Amino acid sequence: MAIIIDENTNVLVMGITGRQASFHTKQMLAYGTKIVAGCTPGKGGAVVEGIPVYNTVREACEKHRIDASVIFVPAPATKDAALENLEAGVKVVVIVTEGVPVFDEIDIVAYAKRKGAYVLGPNTFGIVSGGKCKMGIPPNQYFIKGDIGVVARSGTLTYEIVGNLTANGLGQSTVVGMGGDRAVGLTFVDVLKMFETDEQTKAVVLIGEIGGNNEEIAAEYIKEMTKPVVAFIAGKSAPPGKRMGHAGAIIERGKGTYQGKVDALTAAGAKVAPLPFEVPALIKEALGRK
Amino acid sequence: MKMFEYMGKELFAKFGIPTPKGRMVTNPEDAAKVAAEIGGPCVVKSQVLSGKRGKAGGIKFPNTPEEAKAAAKEVLAMTIQGLPVECVLVEEKLKIDKELYMSITVDGSAKQAVMIASAYGGMEIEAQPEEYIIKKHIDPELGMHPFFARDVIRQMGVAINSPHGKEMVKIVQNLYKICKEKDAELVEINPLVFSDDKVIAADAKVTIDDDAAFRMKDLPLVDDKSPAERAAADLGLSFVELDGDIAVMANGAGITMGTLDTLQAFGGTPRNFLDCGGGTGREATAKALKILLGLKPKSMFINIFGGITRCDDVANAFKDINTELGGFPVPVVIRLVGTNQEAGREILKSIGIEAFDFMQDAARRVIELTK
Repeated sequence: MAIIIDENTNVLVMGITGRQASFHTKQMLAYGTKIVAGCTPGKGGAVVEGIPVYNTVREACEKHRIDASVIFVPAPATKDAALENLEAGVKVVVIVTEGVPVFDEIDIVAYAKRKGAYVLGPNTFGIVSGGKCKMGIPPNQYFIKGDIGVVARSGTLTYEIVGNLTANGLGQSTVVGMGGDRAVGLTFVDVLKMFETDEQTKAVVLIGEIGGNNEEIAAEYIKEMTKPVVAFIAGKSAPPGKRMGHAGAIIERGKGTYQGKVDALTAAGAKVAPLPFEVPALIKEALGRK
Repeated sequence: MKMFEYMGKELFAKFGIPTPKGRMVTNPEDAAKVAAEIGGPCVVKSQVLSGKRGKAGGIKFPNTPEEAKAAAKEVLAMTIQGLPVECVLVEEKLKIDKELYMSITVDGSAKQAVMIASAYGGMEIEAQPEEYIIKKHIDPELGMHPFFARDVIRQMGVAINSPHGKEMVKIVQNLYKICKEKDAELVEINPLVFSDDKVIAADAKVTIDDDAAFRMKDLPLVDDKSPAERAAADLGLSFVELDGDIAVMANGAGITMGTLDTLQAFGGTPRNFLDCGGGTGREATAKALKILLGLKPKSMFINIFGGITRCDDVANAFKDINTELGGFPVPVVIRLVGTNQEAGREILKSIGIEAFDFMQDAARRVIELTK
């Protein structure tokens, strides 16, 4: 088990002929991801890293079973690319692209809901099911198989924390990047529910940050969970009214503060690590491991 | 990107939302001219991207062109919350029978746009009691329709068949049209004014989604960034100025925040937030380092966990700056791990900079060196 993707997931890479996409195609293949097709309009017939390229997603779907797509196209083309995959019936769409206009995101997320599909991102590092399948851009070596579920809003901070978990012998069932933007496809609650019912997952790490109320809503669900949750919230030192890199990471009108999130999570029974490198010890404590 | 009030009103006028008579001017003589055209009591409003203009004395009510000239002269010499007033809006003074509130913004949790309205406007909407605030989400697949507008107006307690009600049905729909067509993440009218039979937007607050700049080329640009923020934005990096001692750069928004948090937890004070993103090359990294040095910090802390970012690129950027300046003027501590880590560390060693494996060790070291 694992959530959302596993060793049997057939993956399409959208925009595969681009510089970043072809580099990451190679990296994903090295991780073991079953990439079966690529799509770049106008580049049909090309081959990238041994993967056939098609002009449209529908064409790729005629030739292959596509379970999930990872999108690497530029921001102005992202809405079109995401809708094309959703319309073709792809059930997991991972949007790595950064800088997508918020009204495009709203349209993508609404259509995904109607199609019963998962959207990760926009502005996500992707998703990794430890040792089985990676979609997106994280460095391969830090992600190993194990029983810790990880769900996060930001990329490099997740590598930092997953790196710490791995160094402490704590592998991961699935690491999910929801994306750093305001209107992304999944919520913490969506992912926590999946981890709660996933047999492989024994404990969950939630990596949040200031802004919005996603963590506070997650806290309500954590109260009902049987599995332990350890959280880290970034942005304790952030001043109000300033956008800290991510479009969503801003304290507006006194809402979305660090303390508010920590209080909600703590009251729900989650352990909050004050600093990123303190996460593994809290997980071990929660699982009674040394 | 925030727009000046006068730009917002120009946008409103284009989309059929009534605004007061008047226009923007940059000198007292033109202010007198506009006041003469209006022919009666006027308002002279400072155009700065800050609330509290009234409290700061940035809004005047002259009765004659001469008074308008004097008022404009005074306001144009002002600085409001650190922002110099470079232009003023001269408008007719409205007869105000009632002040209301209307806005549309993006609700990230709901992943939808949301209409917020109140029959009581004029003050900040956050200051309103909850029961006076109407919130109604706009289903993106359904879009905006007259029935939606009618229901908002009904809830505001305005008869939909009254002259006011009929105008407001149009205004609600046009506000959403601005959001969609101009990628506005916020459009706000506060106050929306009843003036006899008319409904007029007495103020306009519009924020355009920065991420939509590529398709909003026809809109005027307002630069609300500091020079360092501007320099970073031109490199495609996110930067926020803070008031501590230690200049910080990391790659990724979350880890940059985590780096600042770690510094603060150990007793350090960050000078800034600089997210150099993923995959930033040698040249751009060198430019980013120069932005940091321009902040005149007491020390520098660089935290790189290289995925797409290559450690040798980062190290070479340090080497370039080191050569150019003949050494760094302040202590530099770097945590460098990930892609091409060994090559990067060799380069750093050649210019006498030691790289750390763990963020917490590096953070402690830089605080030591800053004291």
